[in-house]
Amino acid sequence: MFFRNFIFLIFIFVIGCNQRPAGVDFIFVNGDEPQSLDPAIISGQLDMRMAKALFEGLYTYGPDASIKPGIATHHDLSEDGLTYTFYLRSDATWSNGDKVTAYDFEKSWRRVLEPTTASKYSEIMYFIHNAEAYNKGELFDFKKVGIEALNELTFQVTLHSPAAYFQGLTAFATYLPVHLSTIKKYGDAWIKPEHMVSNGPYLLEDWRIKDRIRLKKNPNYWNAESVKFNRIDALATSSASTAFNLYETGQVDLILDKTMIPGMLMGELSEREDMHSYIYLGTYFFRMNMTRPFLQDSKVRKALALSVDKEKIVNKITRGGEQPARTFCTPGINKYQPPEGLGFDPEAASKLMSEAGYPNGEGFPRISILYNKSELNQQIAVELQAMWKEHLNIDIDLRLQEWATYLRSMDNLDYDIARSSWIGDYVDPNTFLDCFVTGRGNNRTGWSNPRYDALLEQANLNLDPVQRAELLKDAERILVEEDMPIIPVYHVAGKLLYRKNKLGGIQPNVLAEHPLQYLYWKE
Amino acid sequence: MFWQNIHCSICIGKNKGEGSKVFVYFLKRLVQSIIVLLFVVTATFLLMRIAPGSPFAAERKIPAKVEAALMKKYNLDGSLVDQYTSYLANLLKGNFGDSLKYEGRTVLEILAQAFPKSALVGGFSLVIALLLGIVLGSYAAIHHNELLDRLAMLLALLGICLPVFVIAPLLILIFAMQWNFLPVAGWGNLSHIILPVVCLSLPYGAYCARLMRTSMLDVLGQDFIRTAHAKGLSAQVVLYKHALRYAILPLVNYTGPLAAHLFTGSMIIEEIFKVPGMGSFFVNGVLNRDVFLVGGSVIVYCALLLTLNFVVDIINVYLDRRIQLW
Repeated sequence: MFFRNFIFLIFIFVIGCNQRPAGVDFIFVNGDEPQSLDPAIISGQLDMRMAKALFEGLYTYGPDASIKPGIATHHDLSEDGLTYTFYLRSDATWSNGDKVTAYDFEKSWRRVLEPTTASKYSEIMYFIHNAEAYNKGELFDFKKVGIEALNELTFQVTLHSPAAYFQGLTAFATYLPVHLSTIKKYGDAWIKPEHMVSNGPYLLEDWRIKDRIRLKKNPNYWNAESVKFNRIDALATSSASTAFNLYETGQVDLILDKTMIPGMLMGELSEREDMHSYIYLGTYFFRMNMTRPFLQDSKVRKALALSVDKEKIVNKITRGGEQPARTFCTPGINKYQPPEGLGFDPEAASKLMSEAGYPNGEGFPRISILYNKSELNQQIAVELQAMWKEHLNIDIDLRLQEWATYLRSMDNLDYDIARSSWIGDYVDPNTFLDCFVTGRGNNRTGWSNPRYDALLEQANLNLDPVQRAELLKDAERILVEEDMPIIPVYHVAGKLLYRKNKLGGIQPNVLAEHPLQYLYWKE
Repeated sequence: MFWQNIHCSICIGKNKGEGSKVFVYFLKRLVQSIIVLLFVVTATFLLMRIAPGSPFAAERKIPAKVEAALMKKYNLDGSLVDQYTSYLANLLKGNFGDSLKYEGRTVLEILAQAFPKSALVGGFSLVIALLLGIVLGSYAAIHHNELLDRLAMLLALLGICLPVFVIAPLLILIFAMQWNFLPVAGWGNLSHIILPVVCLSLPYGAYCARLMRTSMLDVLGQDFIRTAHAKGLSAQVVLYKHALRYAILPLVNYTGPLAAHLFTGSMIIEEIFKVPGMGSFFVNGVLNRDVFLVGGSVIVYCALLLTLNFVVDIINVYLDRRIQLW
């Protein structure tokens, strides 16, 4: 009798516990544990997602990635396209009741550029006049940097060259304002729930390492009535199958991170209605080391590029709605039509190899593909190895390294061909093409073409959008048709898992911006 | 019973001479432990710093100035000797340093949040593994070469052979997805730890069972057991009072390292069941070159191992009078 009661009690207990936490309206999988929530420090997409729920910048993104007024109601742009004057709303406050002023923005942006802050994303502010010099410790007078609060509600920013996308950049996480006196008081610990003062639609209620971040609606937010969910849980997990299990059993309403959808299920999932896949600003590509003698001949590089069957990789390996890439810039960047790029043409490739002095691959040295550990990278590298053997008859070694070592090998140009990917920060070709300017930290190929550098510079000084796009196109043509220091493979697909008939206020968009403040349950 | 004995001799000593011997022994073990810990910490720190790659490297290259500022901030910019001595000095002050990956959080704070969760799952698993091992192992030994013995050992073999990444999804599929009886993953209440504990304890329970069976068989064949039987003692008394005490010795020795291993969490189990423990800190910390987090995890593991081994040695003395430690 006792035993039966005991079992029954356990049963009740367990069943009773298999429920979602009380008082939480919405639960989603955010991805791995955030590294930080300090807007000046963070560099990962999942950290930035949380920061944007907690803080609000001059402008913000809507669910369709359209730019919406945030703390700024509107702005003026000078005729030379260099000076932005932002007008701030007077009803915006911090969660402790302080007013959000232009001085907060000045101090917060200065903090990002302060060399001692060691902001990993400070480069995103280099569009601002003298910001780079100040950040690199070459200039010590902040008054010379183009950031100035004219009065409490007027904020002026001067760029060093026109950038039509700057308005959108002010919604970027690094540009978010922070409450400086709180940071002064608590130091690095200011990001903890008990200390944090923020100005966004949500407040940080709880943060349990590797478990969850709990957000609570900010009653002091100027647009609080538009925020539907009172409490949101952002779960941290590094396992895609766990995230998927949680979603399938209804413990989670949305999987927001593309890496958290199991790759092995992609085939079946892509046919389901709750799977939403879309092209966004990311390209998976291979770098070629231009300091290797046998890769210095552009014919060899072209031959390598022409013999990669990108369709096959997308259909056989990634299977999640990715698009084969001929160019480095992704489609969907407004007003920009990328060049043709190179397709799959094994015959032309083998001809080029002969011209380069390696008929049927004879005499070509054994080279290697460097990649970091991941199932996807492994599969793609093996596929490339097979394709190059088949079409060019050359032997390729696979060189697997773990993350930090792999990055160092790339930095030191200690590789032949290396897998890479790049995610754009803003909707403009510049976010891609700037990587390969001579000497840039992200170049990592040793490639340098003065013509390319000059075209990019001209484009960025040009105020006419059509002419500018043409100049950028010419530059990209050098990158993906003439010199080819890289082989673009596919444009990365963003992936979301949610039930469209239930969840509203979210839609796939090229920036993968899914602000939490617009989410709501459909009736 | 033996707990009382330990208490007596440690605190009071059976006589004056033994008391001081015990004290000297304790002191010796303490000094030895500190030396081992120091050696492990040194090796960990140096290996982590010699390993190629920067802790702050990312797909997006960070400016050299920023990296230098970060290195300075975390005291990683001087010579290796300077870095090491400052780390050691901090450790002596009880400061384990800051995590390089989880910026703004100290290693101590991260471990303080994560260790209890791993220890809870590990603790339950240890108890279950030991119970399973002792019961199944003894049972198999008593019924040596009978069908039940074979069956028990087959079960144990299965437990050892089947890896957790097979068992765990299987259990999730049955109990969480099909029957909707337990949560698939997460942390919050007791129902969340049932599956991780089962998955974690099965292979170790199986191993303990095989260990227990072998050692029980060995003890059951000895003269003093025959004598006990000959005295007319009941089978139960012989088993529980005489045989178990010695048969359990190998298991007790194995418990020390096993407990240290279980308390510090299993990376696979914690990932699958989303237990916010410290299981992944070591591996991921190494991959991220998060030198202080790895250092902290190693210290916790090592200190736990040393302490538990010490406890095991003491228990041994009171289980087996032939062992002389002091």
